[in-house]
Amino acid sequence: MRLTCTVNGSAQQVDDVWEGESLLYVLRERMGLPGSKNACEQGECGSCTVYLDGVPVCSCLVAAGQAEGRAIGTVEGMGSEETLHPVQQAFLDAGAVQCGFCTPGLLVATDDLVTRSLAAGAPPADAEIREALAGNLCRCTGYEKILDAVKLAAQRMAAPTTGAPR
Amino acid sequence: MSAPARTPAGAPGSLTGPGSSGGVGTDAARPDGTLKVRGEFAYGSDLWMEDMLWGTTLRSPHPYARIRSIDVGPALAVPGVRAVLTSDDVPGAKVYGLELADQPVLAVDVVRYQGEPVALVAADHPETARLAAARIVVDYEVWEPVTDARTALGHPRWNQVHDGTAQVTELSRESAHLHPEGNLVRHLKVRRGDPAPTADVVVVGEYEVGMQDQAFLGPESGLAVPAEDGGVELYVATQWLHVDQRQICAALGLAPEQVRLTLAGVGGAFGGREDLSMHVHACLLALRTGRPVKMSYNREESFFGHVHRHPATMRYEHGATRDGDLVYVRAAIYFDGGAYASSTPAVVGNGGTMGIGPYVVPNVHVDCFGAYTNNPPCGAMRGFGSVQTAFAYESQMDALAAELGMDPVELRCRNAMEQGSEAITGQVVDSPAPVVELLRRLEAMPLPEPAPDDLRHRPGGVSNTTHGEGVRRGVGYAVAYKNVGFSEGFDDYSTARVRLEVVGGEPTVTVHTAAAEVGQGLVTVEQQIARTELGVDRVVVAPKDTAVGSAGSTSASRQTYVTGGAVKAACEAVRARVLERAAGVTGRPAAQLRLFDGAVVGEGLELPLAEVLGDDAVEETLEWRHRPTEAIDPETGQGFAHVQYAFSAHRAVVDVDTELGLIKVVEMACTQDVGKAINPQAVVGQIQGGTAQGLGLAVMEEILIRDGRVQNPSFTDYLIPTILDMPPMRIEILEYADPHAPYGLRGVGEAPNISSGPAVLAAIRAATGLPLTRVPVRPEHITGV
Repeated sequence: MRLTCTVNGSAQQVDDVWEGESLLYVLRERMGLPGSKNACEQGECGSCTVYLDGVPVCSCLVAAGQAEGRAIGTVEGMGSEETLHPVQQAFLDAGAVQCGFCTPGLLVATDDLVTRSLAAGAPPADAEIREALAGNLCRCTGYEKILDAVKLAAQRMAAPTTGAPR
Repeated sequence: MSAPARTPAGAPGSLTGPGSSGGVGTDAARPDGTLKVRGEFAYGSDLWMEDMLWGTTLRSPHPYARIRSIDVGPALAVPGVRAVLTSDDVPGAKVYGLELADQPVLAVDVVRYQGEPVALVAADHPETARLAAARIVVDYEVWEPVTDARTALGHPRWNQVHDGTAQVTELSRESAHLHPEGNLVRHLKVRRGDPAPTADVVVVGEYEVGMQDQAFLGPESGLAVPAEDGGVELYVATQWLHVDQRQICAALGLAPEQVRLTLAGVGGAFGGREDLSMHVHACLLALRTGRPVKMSYNREESFFGHVHRHPATMRYEHGATRDGDLVYVRAAIYFDGGAYASSTPAVVGNGGTMGIGPYVVPNVHVDCFGAYTNNPPCGAMRGFGSVQTAFAYESQMDALAAELGMDPVELRCRNAMEQGSEAITGQVVDSPAPVVELLRRLEAMPLPEPAPDDLRHRPGGVSNTTHGEGVRRGVGYAVAYKNVGFSEGFDDYSTARVRLEVVGGEPTVTVHTAAAEVGQGLVTVEQQIARTELGVDRVVVAPKDTAVGSAGSTSASRQTYVTGGAVKAACEAVRARVLERAAGVTGRPAAQLRLFDGAVVGEGLELPLAEVLGDDAVEETLEWRHRPTEAIDPETGQGFAHVQYAFSAHRAVVDVDTELGLIKVVEMACTQDVGKAINPQAVVGQIQGGTAQGLGLAVMEEILIRDGRVQNPSFTDYLIPTILDMPPMRIEILEYADPHAPYGLRGVGEAPNISSGPAVLAAIRAATGLPLTRVPVRPEHITGV
């Protein structure tokens, strides 16, 4: 089948997609966007988290055809070569990246959490961060520095003059 | 199903980092950090080439069976399939292995565990390959599996898992002999002091540790590319390129120069990538088809595609005086090695030689066994033979303290090893061993407040299973030690090539080693050491490959020590040559000159490196070894077995819902002596991550096996800690230099993985009053239903 959608703001069209392929597979193997990761491919680890019409989803659980005509955002769409997104920068500064395989999914999930929290008027509290990121497995860090990174990102995004521009 | 088409993504290139800087002792930034947060870091599973095929593995559904026949015809008939291979297609050695060559590349006549590779398929699309593999017809004569280590050792004649002698490889780290007539892989004995001691107070306990999985997130994966010289290039996520190369060459019947390996991005390892997985398979398919072949396991296959932590059953007897001085320890430790040896001999080595913990005991009698069974093969995992025994010996220390009416920390401190003590191997501990200080510092830390009135802080969390009734708090302590580096006489070395030159007017160092970066941050450490030794900010880390000599394994907490030592030594050799040149230019003796901030400096002198080097590059390549260890005596276990010990201690605070058996770990505190923190932020990261894996084994992580079959090969059913399961941590790092090690450093990665779980178990026991002799602790162990 043919799949047409928008990825990180650019129109994409791919042909000969087998109906059994996931959105994750199409992103990684047909669109040259391997940033979203394939750790479990059954919706348990969150490493494939992308935005689908602004909502974070496990792209391994989305059939490619379900993405038809929709807008997808992946880690490759965050920040730029010159200026990292504040969530990306916070993960580096806090030491929250070791092997980095969980990182792309966590960056999307964190961006969603912090953006929603700040829109509601306050940075996320620890307990809220833990609930929000409970679907993103990390095997290296023990999560302490991830928690630090989320709080750092929230602080910088609340006061954008002190952080990198979004 | 058509072949995907997209822009190629190559293997990782050189790393410099975003203008990062910082020498030894700083929180220097990772050179791969920006790539990782941009989604541009090329992990093994991200590799892609025009025209590549996808490989897949057909695995045995049976734990033990004879193969009567294999019919690959139906698979070959599937459109899009390019090759189907069996053991007949393996041109070289049919078996491989880290320490004993006993594991078939593809099953030969017999399968010995569920998931053993039987055949390979290469096809245009991964789903085509999987469908075709399912059409291969294998006729099995199913045998009854041997599934218990003690049973396997007790009746070696009627249930023999192997009927031939395995060849001992050059990589063997142990001195004991294999017993090919039975299921014994290794029996290690420690005999010390009085063989029949008596004591005022005796405690006996039997303990069991379940099978833990490394559960690295990045799947086993790589890309094999056939080369014009008849050889192959393999890009692969692994822990030790050269030991892979040696085994691949043997299986393919090719010379080392024909099998060239480059490290692909590694999504965590934790020991699970020491053994080969898809390496030979992808090379076989690439050489057969003449096309690049990618293999990447899904999570279920990953559970079958790598070795696990050995499950253990252990019986301990501790004798002490009424005052609490340890008189003797007797221990029998059984490791279930599964179907193939992997690193079982070395795991037995660790389990036995450090099996009573960091304590001084005059009389010791330890028997440590590794056995073949038809369970999944077990081998390396972080903590390597020491994790299992720590659960037993620390539980024994708590039981003994209770019997004596003593405080458990007091009892540990009273018997703690210190510098100058003799380990049970007779080896004198010849560097700081601050066991007492680690424990006392933990004791001095404030305890967390009672849980707030918020269900998110209770056992069960937002499942809303309790309002606090039945919830009890417990506090537990544990201390552990572990060897750093390869032991028992193994020639443990690393190779580093360091080049200093001026590039575009800027002094630049290139560090080239084959040491696997698996997430821990070795690439950062390599840069930091070069900056400190050569006074140059810009350090390029060359791709990790077999174009340079072996670095040894990224295992045993050894790379910062051994490859760090090699990089330091190579830098020193480069520096000596540069300063000699500068001496020639300036007329000053080299001994009065040093390198600082891109220049040669001396009294009243600052000469930019560009003026000293011009267009020349100064390059040195050398091998570096830590001081040698020696084989232990096969009858007594005595000898200088280990080059260095790492020490850590944990305090765990838990809340337990005693009615439902649910556990909430409230806080973990850790103290660790790291000798010298080369990168403090990364050291803390290792302690936090190691703590999480130890906690996981204590309360949730276990591969469940029934009749040799894995029951839970998924992240749905094999649980690892989430951010909800991990509590805040307090960490104090001690830096008592080891005079034998570069910068005085100690290996960091494994010790906190060892002391964490036993502290959690002790805290659960304190909360419940139950003996709890098995990990992971399950709700039914607490509720008794």
